[in-house]
Amino acid sequence: MATTAEGFDAHHDDHAAHDHHDHKPGFFARWFMSTNHKDIGTLYLIFAIFAGIIGGAISGLMRWELAEPGLQIMGQVVEFMGGAGTFDEQGHMWNVLITAHGLIMVFFMVMPAMIGGFGNWFVPLMIGAPDMAFPRMNNISFWLTVAGFISLMFSAFVPGGIGNGAGVGWTVYAPLSTTFSQGPAVDFAIFSLHLAGAGSILGATNFITTIFNMRAPGMTLHKMPLFVWSVLVTAFLLLLALPVLAAAITMLLTDRNFGTTFYDPAGGGDPILYQHLFWFFGHPEVYIMILPGFGMISQIVATFSRKPVFGYLGMAYAMVAIGVVGFIVWAHHMYTVGLDVNTKMYFTAATMVIAVPTGIKIFSWIATMWGGSIEFKSPMVWAMGFIFLFTVGGVTGVVLANGGVDDNLHDTYYVVAHFHYVLSLGAVTSIFAGWYYWFPKMSGRMHSEFLSHLHFWVFFIGVNLIFFPMHFLGLQGMARRYPDYTPAFTYWNEIATIGYIVMAASMVIFFVNMAYALIAGKKAEANYWGEGATTLEWSLSSPPPFHQFETLPVIEDHHSADDHISPAPARA
Amino acid sequence: MATMVLEQRNRRTMVMAFGMALAMLGLGFAAVPLYDLFCRVTGFGGTTQVATEAEADIAQRMAASAGGREFSIRFDANTASNMPWEFRPLQVTDRVSIGQRDMATYVARNNSDVPITGTATFNVEPEQAGRYFNKIQCFCFTEQTLQPGQEVRMPVLYFVDPAVLDDPNMERVQQITLSYTFHRAKSDS
Repeated sequence: MATTAEGFDAHHDDHAAHDHHDHKPGFFARWFMSTNHKDIGTLYLIFAIFAGIIGGAISGLMRWELAEPGLQIMGQVVEFMGGAGTFDEQGHMWNVLITAHGLIMVFFMVMPAMIGGFGNWFVPLMIGAPDMAFPRMNNISFWLTVAGFISLMFSAFVPGGIGNGAGVGWTVYAPLSTTFSQGPAVDFAIFSLHLAGAGSILGATNFITTIFNMRAPGMTLHKMPLFVWSVLVTAFLLLLALPVLAAAITMLLTDRNFGTTFYDPAGGGDPILYQHLFWFFGHPEVYIMILPGFGMISQIVATFSRKPVFGYLGMAYAMVAIGVVGFIVWAHHMYTVGLDVNTKMYFTAATMVIAVPTGIKIFSWIATMWGGSIEFKSPMVWAMGFIFLFTVGGVTGVVLANGGVDDNLHDTYYVVAHFHYVLSLGAVTSIFAGWYYWFPKMSGRMHSEFLSHLHFWVFFIGVNLIFFPMHFLGLQGMARRYPDYTPAFTYWNEIATIGYIVMAASMVIFFVNMAYALIAGKKAEANYWGEGATTLEWSLSSPPPFHQFETLPVIEDHHSADDHISPAPARA
Repeated sequence: MATMVLEQRNRRTMVMAFGMALAMLGLGFAAVPLYDLFCRVTGFGGTTQVATEAEADIAQRMAASAGGREFSIRFDANTASNMPWEFRPLQVTDRVSIGQRDMATYVARNNSDVPITGTATFNVEPEQAGRYFNKIQCFCFTEQTLQPGQEVRMPVLYFVDPAVLDDPNMERVQQITLSYTFHRAKSDS
């Protein structure tokens, strides 16, 4: 873990002559042409919240549709979007909604929040760098992501086969996305992935360069905070996985528009090839979404246990191991395409191996808390919630890893429950943990701890009510990706719908809390969490100066990985 | 001076990172021929094998010493939804001993009033049998053009490789289904 640079005076406000380094450009230049990692991080976070509201509203429509058997509101939604409301159009609209929900939440909510938002904000601060290595490339990464989002939104208003919009699922499987989705909507959705992917690759390159070359003197790789480690591993996953997706969807585009047959058996292609390519990207992608969360949870648990994290090196290399093994397990998403028994056996075993480094992380977090002087501040409560919820999702993941079991559970709500426990409950919970941990650092205003705790409990109850019953529904055979179900499944679907309302109420609490903090929040000190918070960002004011570390902090040698708490509290 | 050095190091790291991304992009496209090769070599996904007459002779002699296990072969015929052909096997099942050459005949008839060119795709079920299902002669290797109302008989000459006896995954398999689907040739539409 990193150390406080003792004796380092982070901001020079007391030197009147030095005011030039806190000079901020005008509004338009500052926010639209930004090259400042903190401003770009803020833009990413605002964008993620905006996209999250849209993606969340879409899941509300989906939950409303699933509230009772039969079709409830798809007809109205189709008519609202300008269609005739035929039965086929209603089914297509459902597909459009699940596609948009998945793509928005993955590419435009979780990834921008974790990597673009918290990564941009805190990687340079934690390693003692003045900014990212390529500030202007950082800017283009953000705006490419925004352009991708606009392209995806646009696709909802152009023809995509039966009705408007791309109704192909976030996986965009051929031949549904080729032969059976005529019209430009799917092209726009694919283009949106190209743009967001390009933005992420540029961002990943930027992070790798920053972390390798711009660490403060004395901060070796093995002294980096675990959040920086997590972003480094994530950046490599992005760099290796996203180009494969780009290749796969480029061939999808040429199949759709230029008569190639990469995925069309009529011309010698194979749709299963698309699935292999997609999941070669798609499985590392799920670790891309959770690893920065792991990093944040490590910082938070250590801070509020007032102990260095247990087994620092094990924690860092567990993430590396998860990243490496994550590339060789992709076919567990496609057990039912007709893999032979030996192939299934390999992918089952390899998938289960990932439970080992993941277990190392879970147990190390618990061991960090063990014997610590724990303070139940809001980030800690969210972090503990994360550990519980992610473990539940991890356990169902081990169940699904079995090729034989998955033959029965594939594409049922059990799978939906599993990946929402690790993402909607895991990744999102870690985002909120990080948010409450760093919000005062970013804004300079304290949030209400009471509202943050209330937000946690209402959210925790709500999401569990939504997703836990889906395990039962899946085991009973309810298939995913349909807007309707047999009346036998009504009971648990009603519970899930109540859960959605509870979860939505927790979001109201969140926004009230944020409004309170920005309007009437107390001014935040430099290190408002006290002596447990030891990384470099706590040595700076809240919010940090526009440009920081013009004189690089020096990480002193006597701090080793297992003794990283500074004897004196960090200085403001 | 120090900033120059950092800038150069940054540029070098960036170039290496982009190099990795480009290599993965290349691998993504290279997956197309590699996957094709992989399926042909391993019979993955029920991809059948192509054999010569000479190989068939060797297989027949080997099989003679191996004893007479038989497979039931089932013939299946489909057409793509935009294909106005009638397409069926002359006989639905056949019994062959391992290594024995056998001829199956499919019949295709163009029911439309325009000439249509088609290509057939094929595989076998169960998929682990693909490795051992050898075709010596097959209409599926070339495009076929049928005039309006024309009917043709299309032969498939095949045998089951005696190596099948060494594969534990094939122990309980008694029937192999050979399935064809006729698609409209891309050049035709």
